[in-house]
Amino acid sequence: MATFFGEVLSVYSRAVEEDDDELDENEEDEQIRRELEEKREVHLHWSPEVSESLKSGNKLQCSNFVLAVGQNASSFLSVHILSTANWDTIGRASAWNERSRAVTGQSCEESACVFYRHKDNPTVLICQVSCYVAEDQLFQWTEKVFDCLQHRELNVTVLSDTSVADYKTADYLGGSSAPFLRSLHTSAFGDQPVCQSLEQPNIVTGLPAAVLNHCQVHRISAVVYQCYSDVIGPDSVTMETYKPVLTKLGRSIQLDLSPSTDALRKFVRTTDLQSNLYI
Amino acid sequence: MFISSQSSAPSFRDFTLVMPAVAVGNVGQLAVDLIVSTLNMSRVGHIHTDCLIPMAGNDPYASSKEDGEELHTPAEVYAAAELKLAVLQIRAPILQSKTKRFRQLLVSWIKSSGFSRTVVLSSSHAYQRDDQQLQGTPLRYLVTPSLLKGSADALKEMGWREMERVPAFPGLTDGNTEPRLCIPGGGITKGLYTDSCKEDLPLAVLLVFCSEGDNIPDAFALANHLNDWLHLLDDNSKQPNKWKIPTSWSLLFGNGIPPALF
Repeated sequence: MATFFGEVLSVYSRAVEEDDDELDENEEDEQIRRELEEKREVHLHWSPEVSESLKSGNKLQCSNFVLAVGQNASSFLSVHILSTANWDTIGRASAWNERSRAVTGQSCEESACVFYRHKDNPTVLICQVSCYVAEDQLFQWTEKVFDCLQHRELNVTVLSDTSVADYKTADYLGGSSAPFLRSLHTSAFGDQPVCQSLEQPNIVTGLPAAVLNHCQVHRISAVVYQCYSDVIGPDSVTMETYKPVLTKLGRSIQLDLSPSTDALRKFVRTTDLQSNLYI
Repeated sequence: MFISSQSSAPSFRDFTLVMPAVAVGNVGQLAVDLIVSTLNMSRVGHIHTDCLIPMAGNDPYASSKEDGEELHTPAEVYAAAELKLAVLQIRAPILQSKTKRFRQLLVSWIKSSGFSRTVVLSSSHAYQRDDQQLQGTPLRYLVTPSLLKGSADALKEMGWREMERVPAFPGLTDGNTEPRLCIPGGGITKGLYTDSCKEDLPLAVLLVFCSEGDNIPDAFALANHLNDWLHLLDDNSKQPNKWKIPTSWSLLFGNGIPPALF
């Protein structure tokens, strides 16, 4: 496209990428494509006991599934719920994509996506996701995980971090209003959300959206609590924003409502410096 | 695949399907928004597929806050039985690696549902027009042979311009290359059209040449163009704004301005 100054610019569309005419792919291209797809597959690794149970056709009995997406959401669950030490690690999920840190030799030790089950009440499951799940892996992740859970009377709660820069509102948001919560729920959700519903034209994307889509279509009760924060990285004020959700979860899970500052400090460590541009 | 949101699966036999292609300026999708919003269509199901990037939000067509809390997914089907009209709205980009599969999914769904005809609303990059296309209307159409049989007269009467075939390598006077169909920026439009020709499906494409920017006028132009043919709105008053803008179209270009800026 030519501009008024005579330079030629390439034009980007927000909707479509440059579509290459579908030339017949030769075998080698197809093979590379297939290998890449295989590498990007989502894998679930369950504990031996759970694997056995799933193999024999019994899905995991689950009444409450709590999913935390993002560092603050995960840390919140760690501090307030997982700290009571009544939880078994029953599995993890791995999804390799362009943002996975290359760890030579072995697979990631500190797994970024872990499943926990309550010892006394084994129908309560928690999952913390602090890694990036790519757009083409979201659907697969959701399908694979929910395929392992029985759907009847299942209640899903998702806590998700996002930036306040993504929040669209007609009134200018002064710095004082962030962080805040907004909710979005499926038609099957019968309870009252603990905060305001997400106003138009805002939307939810990523893993919370994939979970909501799945639950809406399969008529599962699910609610997403999206926390809009102006801080990137772990922050105790942002974590505290999720506190109202505890009132709902506390009915079925034992919680630590006032954690010690040491426990909080452990999670609010300074983020690894990825670049020294803004020091 | 299609999953009904009601207790029983709806019947689409002999319905007209209107659907957008995710294309430059999102014009097709905006036009579909206008149709669903104006005709107050009700949702009858979802297309649940791994080919689209997931997203979720509250009801984009809600007029009041009370009925605004209904979850909506990236691909949904709306219906207006009295008009024998079904509309598919696609709200998310199609994953690059899955465009072919998405087209196949759509074609097989269209076939199995028994739609009498399908209209794809689309757009194409305005900057790639050749000299001839720069003049006159920016609207174009395409029909598959199957639909041409029934609609040739109506199309001729309206004086629509068919999308031109362009030479594969403009400038090269190679006698072997014959003109072919090219819809730059149209997403899956061309693929869907050629697949439908192969499968003998009655399908039409309505597209507008446009650029990225404020595409609301383009959406209106396309919706009016479609209405000239299908007569979805029964209005004899020639008022210009007969389409109802949905609430989800607010803040398209960003938030409110911070007062401290001035």
